[in-house]
Amino acid sequence: MTTRRRFIASLLATGVAPRLGWAAVGNPAYLAAAKDLGGRFALYGLSESGAVTFRVPLPARGHAGAGHPRRAEAVAFARRPGLFALVIDCASGDVLHRLAPPPGYHLNGHGVFAERGALLLTSEQKADSSEGLIGVWDVEAGYARAGSFSSGGIGPHEIRLMPNRATLVVANGGVATDPDDRAKLNLATMRPNLSYLTLDGSLRDRFELDRDLHQNSIRHLAVRADGLVGFAMQWEGAPGAATPLLGLHRVGKAPVLAEAPLPDELAMQDYAGSVSFSGDGDELAITSPHGGRLHRFRDTGAFLGAISRSEICGLAPLRGGYLASDGLGGLMTIGRDGPAVLARLGCTWDNHIVTL
Amino acid sequence: MRHLPIVILTLGFATPAIAGVDSALSQHILPGFNAFAQSADTLADAAAKNCQPDAVRPAYQAAFDAWMRVADLRLGPSETGALSVGFWPDPRGFTQRTLSRLVAEEDPVARDPTGYADVSIAARGLFALDMLIYDPAFSSYASGSYTCDLVATLAADLSNQAEALDSDWQEGFAATLRNAGEAGNTTFLSKDEAVRALYTQILSSLEFTAKRRLGEPMGTFDRPRPELAEARRSGRSLRNVVLAAEAAHGLSAALADWPIPAADAALETVQKAAKRIGSPTFQNVSDPQGRLRAEVLQQAVTGLRTAIKNEIGARYGIEPGFNSQDGD
Repeated sequence: MTTRRRFIASLLATGVAPRLGWAAVGNPAYLAAAKDLGGRFALYGLSESGAVTFRVPLPARGHAGAGHPRRAEAVAFARRPGLFALVIDCASGDVLHRLAPPPGYHLNGHGVFAERGALLLTSEQKADSSEGLIGVWDVEAGYARAGSFSSGGIGPHEIRLMPNRATLVVANGGVATDPDDRAKLNLATMRPNLSYLTLDGSLRDRFELDRDLHQNSIRHLAVRADGLVGFAMQWEGAPGAATPLLGLHRVGKAPVLAEAPLPDELAMQDYAGSVSFSGDGDELAITSPHGGRLHRFRDTGAFLGAISRSEICGLAPLRGGYLASDGLGGLMTIGRDGPAVLARLGCTWDNHIVTL
Repeated sequence: MRHLPIVILTLGFATPAIAGVDSALSQHILPGFNAFAQSADTLADAAAKNCQPDAVRPAYQAAFDAWMRVADLRLGPSETGALSVGFWPDPRGFTQRTLSRLVAEEDPVARDPTGYADVSIAARGLFALDMLIYDPAFSSYASGSYTCDLVATLAADLSNQAEALDSDWQEGFAATLRNAGEAGNTTFLSKDEAVRALYTQILSSLEFTAKRRLGEPMGTFDRPRPELAEARRSGRSLRNVVLAAEAAHGLSAALADWPIPAADAALETVQKAAKRIGSPTFQNVSDPQGRLRAEVLQQAVTGLRTAIKNEIGARYGIEPGFNSQDGD
């Protein structure tokens, strides 16, 4: 009986009709949240050529999302303090589920689907201590909370699934924040790390940056098919330190920091907001909306060059290079021959582009 | 592309946005880089003739004055190019460290004005010269000494940089701003974006003046840091604050194409508050009276920024950045 009741409950929770696949919303390659000119928030599906395949309203400003591997369902995470996430039907715009972490926990803006879409994993922290957690949600049970495990650090931000689909890589940013005003509480002692966890929470590998870079908060991640991880950082120390903002790592190896020449590093204003490998995986890039620029690096960490574009932030792999979005509504491709404009929409794109 | 504004004017499409960008370039930015290139050239000539401090200082001061008109731009050629002309603030003391190493090792690059472009930006430009010709730890050098040659080379390298900035703005980036929104322009996807970019530069400049040029020496009430004042060795700290505010106002007036009375009044308030400071390098911020006066000046700079926001930003309908103002 229990099974039957759960089955009916999950049908009710997810809607009685079987959920539509991505083909029903134009087979988008990417998801991106935005604020439209009228001040309303929306979630967009985008094709590889920058065409809008769907647009559905969001009831609040969305941060990075996560797309279900099969169903046309996206999870949009609320901005801080992250008290909820919404599961959106990308065809109708309906809010299918509203996910609230248990009392005393905050969502930290990122999450991924795992186990072929059966689980949603979310980056979270305890409100009072900023101790990091990975929240586990049972998708088939209507996104029911199924548990949580330690993220291996303080203030986790982006999480990604490794190519084996059995390991999670977590950017534990290291910054403890006040639960109410998000004031940063531990800048003098912070110690960010990159952690690799199994899906049941066992720690597989972890590293911390050298002592003199302990204020370089590891926040965003990109993963290549062979397991190379790119991690983007934000410097929390005195401004103008021009520290490296990108690192490369493989499980079991020492990290490699990717440095740009001093003037370029200074122009990034101590901040990287997104990181992505290129479509062919030969190189990767970070963006700084503060500095209005993108830095390209070889997968060895060698600096390849900069591209200037105001408010640039969202970044995703695209055949031949990258797709980049910015706060002025621009969508660009960045290839070997430099940038090319795909579209300029009447919106300001949020910080991230999610690849489906 | 340089004929573009004329074409547009004759077609009658002279929207405020286009006219504003054009006059910002023709009245403020391009003459500013041209004047800086000329005064840097004069400085290089002076240092080539006589590289001792007394002989170099007047031309150095004039070049720094000219630089201040365009110093805070971080667009196009200036995005990174400005940093090797004006490497400040320097919280980790890179300039002193690099110059000390060059002098101690007598690195031959000091006698190679072209090769000097590969030296760390911390040891190039105005602030490196400032230290060599004003700081007692360096400035007692004799004619014919290593340091004297280094000064001449630094001045020549500065002149090369100034010339490159001048031509890159005149012949390259000015067109990128003017043909904003045209096919192939991947920097500015519409006319409005060019206006927005220049406007953002003005606000950033004034914020930098309030927070760094004034904020660094002010430090905190318990720990004032007058030794961190910008260009204190050459006695320019207060002068730079005033010149930066005047430059921000000048660029605003050109960009606006309409009267900006509140900004005009706010600039006067800055100039008056500056006259009351009493120390050209904010060395009196440690006493309560001196600190109060610095705070009044800081508020006046912020007041100018607010006036420009109201008189230009609001009229062009420019909102602050969605992502650039927001950490994540």
